[in-house]
Parts: sequence; structure tokens; C-alpha cells
Amino acid sequence: MAGRKRDDTITADTFLEGIWRENPVFVMLLGMCPVLAVTNSVMNAIAMGLATTFVLIGSSTLVSLLRHVIPKQVRIATYIVIIATFVTIVDYVIQAISLDLYNALGAFIQLIVVNCIILGRAEAFASKNRPLKAVVSGLGMGSGFTIALLCLGSVRELLGSGTLLGFSVFGAQFEPWVVMILPPGGFFVLGGWLLLFNWLRERKASPEVKEAVHAR
Amino acid sequence: MSSVAPLPPQISSLRMIQVLGGIAMLSGFLVVLTYQLTLPRIELNRQRAIERAVFQVLPGATTRRDFLVDDDGVRPAGEGGSGTKVYAAYDADGRLKGIAAEAGARGYQDIVRILYGYDPACQCITGFAVLQSTETPGLGDKITRDAKFLANFPLDARLAADGKQLANAIVTVKHGSKTGPWQIDAISGATITSTAVGKGLNNSAQNLLPRLQPHIGKLEVQP
Repeated sequence: MAGRKRDDTITADTFLEGIWRENPVFVMLLGMCPVLAVTNSVMNAIAMGLATTFVLIGSSTLVSLLRHVIPKQVRIATYIVIIATFVTIVDYVIQAISLDLYNALGAFIQLIVVNCIILGRAEAFASKNRPLKAVVSGLGMGSGFTIALLCLGSVRELLGSGTLLGFSVFGAQFEPWVVMILPPGGFFVLGGWLLLFNWLRERKASPEVKEAVHAR
Repeated sequence: MSSVAPLPPQISSLRMIQVLGGIAMLSGFLVVLTYQLTLPRIELNRQRAIERAVFQVLPGATTRRDFLVDDDGVRPAGEGGSGTKVYAAYDADGRLKGIAAEAGARGYQDIVRILYGYDPACQCITGFAVLQSTETPGLGDKITRDAKFLANFPLDARLAADGKQLANAIVTVKHGSKTGPWQIDAISGATITSTAVGKGLNNSAQNLLPRLQPHIGKLEVQP
């Protein structure tokens, strides 16, 4: 991350970085609170992912547009105000779409404000790049976050309720593993995915890197 | 002012205030705009959620009117004033099917808010719907699905001879020890949530029904 060139070209990597190499959940382990709390069903995972993506894109755009105007001394306060604005907008929009969904997500919509992915991206990326690039990167990070939530949500709903998006998968005789939709299930499934993700990354790493690591 | 760390060039406080103030105003504008745009939809959703719950607890109802109940009696909710809000539901012929009211009590995680239906003809509680609950999935949320628990309804809610309280307080009893029609047989494994339902129903019914029952005639005919 440190050696990255700071230019204005937008490549496929600007978008893909958030999905794979710097995935906010599986690699950076940021925003764990909603990851563990609201992934007990696929629908909740999708809604939470989309809400966070919207806030990420909205705040990245505004921070990037105002990056020359905001004095360094008050930048954090400014970012928080901007992020809080977009979170409030999402909060109202979800209430307008479906109250059931709003009740299912509970306080975690409002808590997007303190999700460190968003403040982190505003500080580390959006405040140093052009708006378009910030939007593409925000979309990538948001997609990465949504995919990660989906990974957890689908496993937990499948095992914990025997359904996917509310449709029964295993039939009536399936006895749900209730623990999977309770908080401990979130930790189990997250642990499983982290194991898989790190194993894949390890395997993908080029032999030279491996040698360098082992030589140390 | 001298500083040790290599701070960015000093900027006057006025400029910081200007920027923060400007952004706060922009934020305020965006929030108010969204609020105004989404308000009609949110109100509609809330109305629908209540309507769905009212028609669920009072099967056969097709229309509803809102009333306020206080110590002085019953009056339509549109006229303002305070009191306990109740929803009177009518069938297709305009006859009163029953009254729905909100109740709530502390459950395992948080307050369990329910809407229950009261049928003045049998002086009983016909059923309930959950408005808000964060009870443990798979355990506490059984109160809406468990067939044995739902068989507790209709639940006896007759008034005592003096009309000031229920003849028998609604109470949740341990699973399998129900003896009277005013008792709620708890779900084994979800005792706390079952108790919350009983407690909520008892509090609300003890408070509301003595004031509502004498004036029930006012609700009978739909204008």
C-alpha cells in the first residue's frame, strides 16, 4: 500500500482492489460490528452492504470534491458531518422502502457513521484523489464489503434457518442449527471464511515472495 | 504561536468556521430534502404495518377507525387530545369485529411490543401480532409460530363484577400447568418472552378494558 503511485489514471485495479487485495472484511478486518451482527440472513446482508456502499460512494464524492477547501485542522470533523449526512439519508430511504427491513437492521444503519471503512477511505483515499477515482474506489470497497457480508449471510441463513432468501432449501425435516443465527455463529462463520481466504491468498502468492518470507 | 510539529500552514479560525458552517448547512439541506421526500412513503408504510397487524389479530375485519380512550370515555382520534389509542375494526357489513390495542413488556433482550385484538362479544383477547421484538431468533421469536402457544387464544379477559378490573388477571404459567382460560401456557425454552407477552397483555387490559367496556356502544356502529 505504501509504495502505490499516486496518479490520476483509473484502472481496473482501482475497482478490484476493494474486492480482493484490500477487501475491507477479509483482508483489512474493518467494520466487524455490522459484519457479525446483521449477517443472520441474506436479505439483511444485502441491505446492509448496499447501504454501506451508498454511504461510501456519497461521502467519498463529497470529500473528494471538497478536498482543496477543507483545512487540515478540521478535516475529521468535516468528514464525520458528511458521513453522518449520508447515513441519515440512507436511514430515511430504508424506512421508506420497507419498515420490516428497517426493524431487522435495527441500530446498525445509524452505526454506519462509525464504520471505520468509511472514515478510513475518506482520510486515506478520497481526500487525495479526483472525484471520479474516489467514486470507482468507493464502489469497489462497497462491493467488497457487500460480497463479504453475503458470504457470511448465505452460510448462516442456510445452516441456521435452512433457507436462502426465505426459500426453504433442505425441506421440512431439516433441524436448523440455531447457533448459526446467534452471535457465536457469526464468529464461527467469519473464522471459516478468513481461513479459506488466507489459504487462497497464500497459495496464490508467487514463489519468490514465499522464498523471501521463508528466508527471513 | 510556535509549534513543534511540522503543522500545515496556520489557517485563521474564521476560515475553519466558514468551512465547517458551510458543510453543516449543505448537510442540513440534504437531510431535510430527503426527509421531506420520504415522509409520505414512511407514513404510508407505518399505516400499512398497523393495518396489517390489526386485520391479522381481528380476522374478518376490512376497515378500521382510530379512537382515544381516557378516564372520560371514548372519542375519535381525529379530534386531538390524549389517551390510549385503540383501533376499532369492522367487517364488510360495518359491524364491530373487535378492538386492537398496543401492549408491551420487557422481554429477554428488549421491550416486546405487541398489538392484541379484543372481542367485546366474548370479552376475550383473540390473538396478537408482534410490532417490535429483538428476542433471540429460534427461541423467543417462537411466540408468533408455536402452535401450542397460539392455542392459548382466545384468552379470557372478562371484567370483574365491579367493572374496575379484570375478573382474573392474565398471567403466564409454566409450560404444561395451565388450568384456567385466562392463563397463558409458556413456551418451554422461551419462558421470559412468553411471560413478557402475558405481562404486557395484563397491564394493558387492566388499564384499558375497564374504561373501554362501558362505552363500547359508541364504537358499535360505523358512521
